[in-house]
Amino acid sequence: MKQILIGLVTGLLFGAGLTISTMVDPQRVLAFLDIFGNWDPTLAFVMGGGLMVYLPIYYGVVNKRKTTFFSTPCDIPSNQVIDKKLIIGAALFGIGWGVSGICPGPAMTNISSLNSGILVFVIMMLIGFFIGKKSENLRFLQ
Amino acid sequence: MNEIYLQALLGGALIGSASILLMLTLGKIAGISGIVFESLRPGSTDKGWRWSFVIGLICAPLITQMFGFSLPSNIEAPLLTLGIGGLLVGIGTKIGSGCTSGHGICGIGRLSKRSIAATLTFMLTAFGTVTVLNHLV
Repeated sequence: MKQILIGLVTGLLFGAGLTISTMVDPQRVLAFLDIFGNWDPTLAFVMGGGLMVYLPIYYGVVNKRKTTFFSTPCDIPSNQVIDKKLIIGAALFGIGWGVSGICPGPAMTNISSLNSGILVFVIMMLIGFFIGKKSENLRFLQ
Repeated sequence: MNEIYLQALLGGALIGSASILLMLTLGKIAGISGIVFESLRPGSTDKGWRWSFVIGLICAPLITQMFGFSLPSNIEAPLLTLGIGGLLVGIGTKIGSGCTSGHGICGIGRLSKRSIAATLTFMLTAFGTVTVLNHLV
């Protein structure tokens, strides 16, 4: 029950941040990505604001305790290898983001508008997750 | 400072707060692509908080609109474009182990080499894609 409540509160905060920051607006994302056009730097402030909170608390608290406030271990990835999978996956993600102006968080937060384009994006993204999962062991990704 | 920049900074700080709170309480990385996928993947454990997180993410605009922050109503790109975009975002974030939140905030926020490399890569291909679509074709 505690976990469910924490999930709900952090999800609400996260979604509110995406909405307030205008990250949910694909037009603004595309204007940020258009560095050779009429560049709109707004989204750099979203990332800046996020890191301004996350980084100091991570190093000040999480990295020292290594456990949560409930004394359970923090689940921090230990993989340090920059491999083909990481780079090819990130490159494909960037192309999809550049085509649409939408990444996973804003896609989910836009669902309540019931905009047909958003619903198509989300359905295809979910299909993409499962295709990606199935493709992970392909030889060209190793 | 331009008001919209301040709004973006504040929204970003909220995203950062939500993410670090998830780490401090459940010990989890707030990577949206991973949370959504694991909430649906047959056989994944720990689905409860992931489902409630996703519900929070979806319901958040219903609260922010009371304060004048609402969702965009100008999403008019062709469905084919959005479908292709969604498919690439899904495949890419799964193979690349994360998206803007997991790599861009939580990963860079702990100075992970992998996340810095991933963020530079997806930024580069996103800038490149928009440049090609807007200025070269």
